[in-house]
Amino acid sequence: MLKLEPRQEPSRVMSYASPLIAVALTLFTGYLLFSFLGKDPAQAFYVFFVKPLDTRYGVGELFLKATPLMLCATGLALGFRANVWNIGAEGQLVVGAIVGGGIALLLQDVQAGWLLPLMLAGGVLGGMAWAAIPAFLRVRFHTNEILVSLMLVYVAKLLLSYFVHGPWRDPEGYNFPQSRMFHEAALLPVLVEGVRTTWAFVIALLLAGLSWVFAEKTFAGFRLKVSGLAPGAASYAGFSEKRNVWLALLIGGATAGLAGIAEVAGPIGQLQPVVSPGYGFAAIIVAFVGRLNPLGVVLASLLMSLLYLGGETAQIHLALPSAVTGVFQGVLLFYLLAADLFIHFRLRWSPAQPAAVPKATALA
Amino acid sequence: MTTAPDPRIAPRLVLRGITKRYPAVVANDNVNLEVRAGEIHALLGENGAGKSTLMKIVYGVTKPDAGTIVWEGQPVHIGSPAEARRLGIGMVFQHFSLFETLTVAENISLALDERIAPEQLASRIRDVSENYGLPVDPNRLVHSMSVGERQRVEIVRCLLQSPKLLIMDEPTSVLTPQAVLKLFETLRRLASEGCSILYISHKLDEIKALCDTATVLRAGRVTGTAIPSQETPESLARMMIGSELPECHLQPRAQGETRLALDRLSLATLDPFGVTLREIGLSVRGGEIVGIAGVSGNGQKELLTALSGESTTDKADMVSIMDRPAGRLDPAQRRRLGLTFVPEERLGRGAVPALSLADNALLTGSSRGMVRQGVIRHATVREFARRVIERFKVKCKSEQAAASSLSGGNLQKFIVGRETMLEPKVIVVAQPTWGVDIGASMLIRQALIDLRDRGVAVLVISEELDELFMISDRIAVMAQGRLSRAVPAAETSLEQIGAWMSGMFETGQAAADA
Repeated sequence: MLKLEPRQEPSRVMSYASPLIAVALTLFTGYLLFSFLGKDPAQAFYVFFVKPLDTRYGVGELFLKATPLMLCATGLALGFRANVWNIGAEGQLVVGAIVGGGIALLLQDVQAGWLLPLMLAGGVLGGMAWAAIPAFLRVRFHTNEILVSLMLVYVAKLLLSYFVHGPWRDPEGYNFPQSRMFHEAALLPVLVEGVRTTWAFVIALLLAGLSWVFAEKTFAGFRLKVSGLAPGAASYAGFSEKRNVWLALLIGGATAGLAGIAEVAGPIGQLQPVVSPGYGFAAIIVAFVGRLNPLGVVLASLLMSLLYLGGETAQIHLALPSAVTGVFQGVLLFYLLAADLFIHFRLRWSPAQPAAVPKATALA
Repeated sequence: MTTAPDPRIAPRLVLRGITKRYPAVVANDNVNLEVRAGEIHALLGENGAGKSTLMKIVYGVTKPDAGTIVWEGQPVHIGSPAEARRLGIGMVFQHFSLFETLTVAENISLALDERIAPEQLASRIRDVSENYGLPVDPNRLVHSMSVGERQRVEIVRCLLQSPKLLIMDEPTSVLTPQAVLKLFETLRRLASEGCSILYISHKLDEIKALCDTATVLRAGRVTGTAIPSQETPESLARMMIGSELPECHLQPRAQGETRLALDRLSLATLDPFGVTLREIGLSVRGGEIVGIAGVSGNGQKELLTALSGESTTDKADMVSIMDRPAGRLDPAQRRRLGLTFVPEERLGRGAVPALSLADNALLTGSSRGMVRQGVIRHATVREFARRVIERFKVKCKSEQAAASSLSGGNLQKFIVGRETMLEPKVIVVAQPTWGVDIGASMLIRQALIDLRDRGVAVLVISEELDELFMISDRIAVMAQGRLSRAVPAAETSLEQIGAWMSGMFETGQAAADA
């Protein structure tokens, strides 16, 4: 019979193979799904995974959508390694967009070069402020940061909704709930002509590198890691739990806030009631598919970005509903978690137990 | 048709060729063992020799990979503890599983295979406990009982089922010397009535005093059988560890200034079953080892957290390190004053299981040049870890091996090594040799003595009285959250310390105030 038994030590091979296995199984499930929907799987795969990238513009879109995912997931991964479960990156992203975007709207006459850095800083601080709420409540009152950060997502969305319906609504916008378009000096420049990818993508890559340095080379990163792996050892060594909770949440809030302002000062160019198609939540999947490791996060965010793009082209060319993107995200996470089981366990074929009482048999 | 062997002649229990393999080790390798009716049979071996695995096999907790169990002449298959109990096998575990919020009778009622209401059990409990000199009040709540009393509850529970074989796993590790003598009387009495006893221990003098025969295990194999009364502790030790018993030496030396002082340290516990510390007074000078004896659960855990800084005290001067009030400092700040600390728990507290030994050196060594301006100097960290591994003969692949891949004893050597090589001014060590084999124990003890000889103040909290007498200049006793005055080890005796362990002593604070 098949037996699931604990491995002596976690399998290193499996921990790297698991995301690949999950991707393969997701593709296989996609194959079944497309067949079931009456689409030619080969063509569907082409539309989903290749067609989005067959133009320069398409590749630019891949990097564009990967940017907020990469930013959010980089910050989240650091926190998750410390067992601080910030589920509210989406809300921190929205508040980053509100604060950074608000600066752009208030300073619409400013053409100076310092405006954009100020907006980015505002976005970062906005995200941090939003993440500071669950941090404070956890440290002071032992609340659960998963619930608090998650619920604050909805508060943040309503806050944005208030601003674009109320004080910041474009007076010349025919009553649409959206702000005035940002002026030129308040927009992130694109990397090269002909794509929409902005310099935020480069910033995201740099931050991913920086987060690797932080995790591997600095003592603060080491403290975060220890408090995630063994809280008892962290308190024995005198690493303050409070400091770690604050640090983990503030880093996550900062990168999510940056993602938010980069979106509204980038491809969107104004404040709208919805500024993110769930990047903050998808980034949780990205962080885990990327093994909470910066390089992994970079690759995983590209993959997740492709799923978003593929979902869009599938809508256009295959007439599939937009939910197909969500299905792929969910299936990917599902297989990843399943495959991760085999990092700590292995399947073994063991012959059936020998007869328990051997003596009482030879009676003829 | 078969003729059943006469149970009066056949040995009560025979194990033949018992083998049990785990992924990493062979816990039992072709073990043979024989216990007769009314015999007290010692199972002697170091930690990790396979004693507990073998007993779990007999009690039906673990299934052997090979081998047969013969019970009163009949081959049997013991699939579960319930089956073992039906055969007449009872076991008293090293760590009890009693519900603290229930009474003795309720606990025993839950543990019996038949359903008997606690009220009906009470009189039977009283009978058995009086009969065997194990006074236990069936209506008492377990949380109010000492560890020794709890052990009695477990024994009474086994006796209610009139066992033919009683397995006792390291029963004396939680008892005072006086309670050990009483336990031995009970066990002898049981044996005289025909009950066989399998007695697991690594304490040679106890086995010499109590047991009729002994089977010695080393690394999963039987290395010999003996009649303990005809052996010396040295010859038994040779069988157990395969070489001579190593020794360590404590030479008298002059003592320096007070480096660690506790003044009226009181600390209320948050844990409903924790122990509140009351007016603890103690001073440890440079160049001396002070040992704190006592049965665990008398406030040692709480005292340790108050020393390490994991709990802080109301007044800063309740704890002083190097003449600085430290009661309100956190663990990192106390380390900066020169304190290092070896905790009771190794994995998860003293070391991070998933991290390498090098990273585990960084865990507490960060203030010793391993971090510069927030950046880890990995070369320095690895170099330090390598020195610890070399000096303390830690068996491991390299300093990059994960802490969890080391055996308990090796990890303890690494942790003690790390804390001693951080050049402390004061070191606090909890249970330095728990679960550590004899060779490594001596190495650890010698390392503590070397520190003392270099003028460090050493505080050792241990359950092993022999160990404390071996390495301490002065010994104090902890009982019910209070601490006795510390007396020179040479001027006291096992008996006196044993008597103090029940709480009858003058406190160190009273002595200091007088």
